[in-house]
Amino acid sequence: MSQLYLSSSPHVHSGETTSAVMRAVIYSLIPACLVAVYFFGPSALSVLLIATLGCLATEAVCQRLMRQPVTISDGSAAITGILLALNLPPTCPWWMTLLGAVIAIAVGKQVYGGLGANPFNPALVARVVLLISFPVQMTTWSKPAPIGSGLDLVTTATPLGEWKNAVMLTGKMPEAASGSTINYLLGNMPGCVGEVSALALLLGAAYLFYRKILTWHIPVTFVGTVVVLSGIFWLVNPAKYPDPIFHLLTGGLVLGAFYMATDMVTTPVSPKGMLIFGVGCGVLTVLIRLFGGYPEGVSFAILLMNAATPLIDRYTRPKIFGALKAEGAK
Amino acid sequence: MSLVNNIKKSIWAENAVFRLLLGLCPALAVTTSAENGLGMGLATTFVLVCSNIVVSSLRKVIPPKVRIPSFIVVIASFVTIVQLCMEAYFYDLHKALGIFIPLIVVNCLILGRAEAFASKNKLLPAVVDGVGMGIGFTLALFVLGAVRELFGSGTLLGYSVFGEGFQPLLLMILPPGAFIAMGLLLAGMNLFDARKK
Repeated sequence: MSQLYLSSSPHVHSGETTSAVMRAVIYSLIPACLVAVYFFGPSALSVLLIATLGCLATEAVCQRLMRQPVTISDGSAAITGILLALNLPPTCPWWMTLLGAVIAIAVGKQVYGGLGANPFNPALVARVVLLISFPVQMTTWSKPAPIGSGLDLVTTATPLGEWKNAVMLTGKMPEAASGSTINYLLGNMPGCVGEVSALALLLGAAYLFYRKILTWHIPVTFVGTVVVLSGIFWLVNPAKYPDPIFHLLTGGLVLGAFYMATDMVTTPVSPKGMLIFGVGCGVLTVLIRLFGGYPEGVSFAILLMNAATPLIDRYTRPKIFGALKAEGAK
Repeated sequence: MSLVNNIKKSIWAENAVFRLLLGLCPALAVTTSAENGLGMGLATTFVLVCSNIVVSSLRKVIPPKVRIPSFIVVIASFVTIVQLCMEAYFYDLHKALGIFIPLIVVNCLILGRAEAFASKNKLLPAVVDGVGMGIGFTLALFVLGAVRELFGSGTLLGYSVFGEGFQPLLLMILPPGAFIAMGLLLAGMNLFDARKK
């Protein structure tokens, strides 16, 4: 009888493990990393390396200190590192990147109990901490200087920042937009390491859809809400508000919608909850971009909706199969 | 002997901020520097000791049904004294603490000690309780302010610590930094207690 095991359901397992999912996400980020290194050269590469190694080291140190098994090989810390790097400006000094990595893992993740217990996306926590603490360095952007072009990185404003400045000063759109739609799509514009190329990010996201790691709910509602809402403003006053394509392709919307807002740990679990989450992110993003103090609102929007996630989960709790409607509701 | 023990207890084991989690509003809001923390702590201590004295002396006179309003009137009187004195003699500190000086009236630490301790005990223990709790509160605010000032502006009591090259972590002197510093200090105290056992 000693061979008889009793366990509770589920009994059939898909064989998918945490590390397999994490590996797939890392593969899907490779195109965006390559584009970043192409456009921003060695400085982007160093940001990527420092952030990733910093996150892995912090995770190992934290878990060693707390006398827990060290789980850096599951890849979750590496993903946090890569996502953090993709959310930083390419000219970010090394100590800021390293500090961001330590904050992401130690304050964003391990204090809550590690993987699966953190209420906020660790990479975004670190990005926002750095953004609030070092506003100058975190908003110093550079023009892309593709490898082989012989250009140096030149400081400039992001398209969204340029628009915000112009509207603050004159109440109108900047006269000559700094880039064309095709450049925005490819990533040939100033911005964070990883947010610039929508095409590379979408390529990676397509792979995740194919592997069924991403579902459509959050990205589609997030992007859709931004497009519809910014479209309304654009139709009302095209002289002041930029068109939806501009909103879609500049700034961190694609990176945020497909990689940051779809973190399994910090977003709702039910499809209905995901739809609410996506719409909320979209509305907050547009409001912050058009009326807030910062030119970019994706990271704040996602963090705010992360905070609302437990509430959404509670509200959208699926009915148990066979459960009767509560009777005698007054 | 037990009086000394009481003071010791209210500094560590029953520290107002880190153990009872009372009076968090000023503890989080004004501790942007060690000096502000110290000033707020001392002002609160003065009000706490004085209100404990009065509440304890009047404990047989105050009708139980209206005791809370009575305590508040006593506390508010001393807060007014503190506020006017501070405005006269420490104007810069008064400006830095701003609205949080009148708000000492609703500091739940003071009302809590009046209700839970002073209104039930004789004068001497009530004074000792006020002094102990006040020292604990002041120390907590000073440490919290020192940590936030150290990382948020790179100074300690106004003196530069890290030199010119240091980039201050602005977040620490903003509201989120207060919560993070508070949580980490609390965790540190818990760790210390757990190790000691």
